[in-house]
Amino acid sequence: MKPKKLSFALQLIFSLCVCGFLIIPVVMSALAGLTVNYFVGLESGLTLRWIVEVWHAYGDTISRSIGISLACLVVTLVLGVPAAYVLARRSNRITRAFEELLMLPIAVPGLATALALVSVYGSVGEFRGSWTFILVGHVLFTLPFMVRAVLAVMLTLNLKTLEEGAASLGASHWQRFAHVVLPNCRHGIVAGALMVLTLSIGEFNLTWLLHTPYTKTLPVGLADAYASMRLEVGSAYTLIFFVIIVPLLVATQALAKPRTRKFIDKAPATPGLALVKS
Amino acid sequence: MAYVEVLTNAHYLESMMATLLVAVATTVATLVISGISGVFLQRNDFPGRSLLTSLLTLPLAFPGVVVGFMIIMLAGRQGLVGQITEALGAGKLVFAYSMFGLFLGYLYFSIPRTIVTIMAAAEKMDPRLEEAARSLGAGNWRVVRDVIIPALKPALISSGAICFATAVSAFGTAFTLATRINVMPMVIYTEFTLSANMAMAAALSFFLGAVTWLVLAVARSAGGGTVAAAG
Repeated sequence: MKPKKLSFALQLIFSLCVCGFLIIPVVMSALAGLTVNYFVGLESGLTLRWIVEVWHAYGDTISRSIGISLACLVVTLVLGVPAAYVLARRSNRITRAFEELLMLPIAVPGLATALALVSVYGSVGEFRGSWTFILVGHVLFTLPFMVRAVLAVMLTLNLKTLEEGAASLGASHWQRFAHVVLPNCRHGIVAGALMVLTLSIGEFNLTWLLHTPYTKTLPVGLADAYASMRLEVGSAYTLIFFVIIVPLLVATQALAKPRTRKFIDKAPATPGLALVKS
Repeated sequence: MAYVEVLTNAHYLESMMATLLVAVATTVATLVISGISGVFLQRNDFPGRSLLTSLLTLPLAFPGVVVGFMIIMLAGRQGLVGQITEALGAGKLVFAYSMFGLFLGYLYFSIPRTIVTIMAAAEKMDPRLEEAARSLGAGNWRVVRDVIIPALKPALISSGAICFATAVSAFGTAFTLATRINVMPMVIYTEFTLSANMAMAAALSFFLGAVTWLVLAVARSAGGGTVAAAG
């Protein structure tokens, strides 16, 4: 059993090194954001001065990012859940093609999507200059994730049987959707919602080209701070970002863990359809 | 015609090659690292395992810009590596703002995602297959090569494709690290902003998008259900 122990130890050390690579900079950055002078080190003392400075210089980006991500969530819910429902109920060549099209925004680089938006709508001055222009970009980018998350859950349910049961009891189309379909796929909806919020708050690739000086979002402000402010300010700003994003991530992971099997039988196999499993 | 120029201009071709090279290196390194750690975490139970797993997947939600900053914290002008090498008397080692820094950034971005996918796949692996292989006299290396890797193949293909696609098209990390790094997304960005050459920027992004889409499509047809988040 000795070689097994050695192999365990080696793999553990390896994983700890990977963990160090990922986590050490996070800790360093969090500390730097609270240190009086990072170059001198922790001896210079701890301070909230940088956080306050960020709040004054970039406070608007934080509220704007939260606002855009919530608006994005509303739009993707309204568009994405019914879309997933249609895709789950009707599986034919058209919906298959539609699904493929819907996945395009994931494959196409954000920069390209942003260029396309700017070249088409860039001359519409009022729209170009408002936060809704960024919202459109975010919806384009996040909608596929919402559709996927909801669709994945819908395909594990036997929607047809459930709906026939409800219909035989006299439920109208809308009643079936609101009282049978939605409650049954709430896990997918919540997972999709967390995903959309996380992605929208952190979105940079698109937003960098879509923003104007008056519509900066949090990641845009971050890039700005990294380039032009001292390390402590950039770190403090990053710390604020962590405080916003980590609860979302923890919620996502908590949701993903107890994957209780549904009481309904196996999902209809749809070849070529990718289920979001992570 | 902009499209012809994309394929004939040496500067564009060079940066396309650099982009593809960095993406391939990122993909291979990510798969090896996450493969080892993912399988290890899934198959061994030890105190602190769930903490280690959570820490390894914590950066999942970090956008490219923040990842770039993490690399600067690690290997930038005031970074940890530089401080250590300076203390050792070897001079300040700074590599955050180079192609290697970019590679590390993409690695940082891809490892958490890939570990999640690998762990999910390793969970479904049948331990009896490994036992059977061992009872037939297979050594450690043969078990890895003939049992574990084939069982993980769909997960490896799909997460590899996502790594590759992100490394080809990610913009935030390169933007934070250095505008001088000569990779495709930076070239597109400079064409658009500095030269205001919309046609060229569009043609280049079309090629970039085509490459990404092709890689994802090939991976999907090769049997890996496409998963998780790019960007």
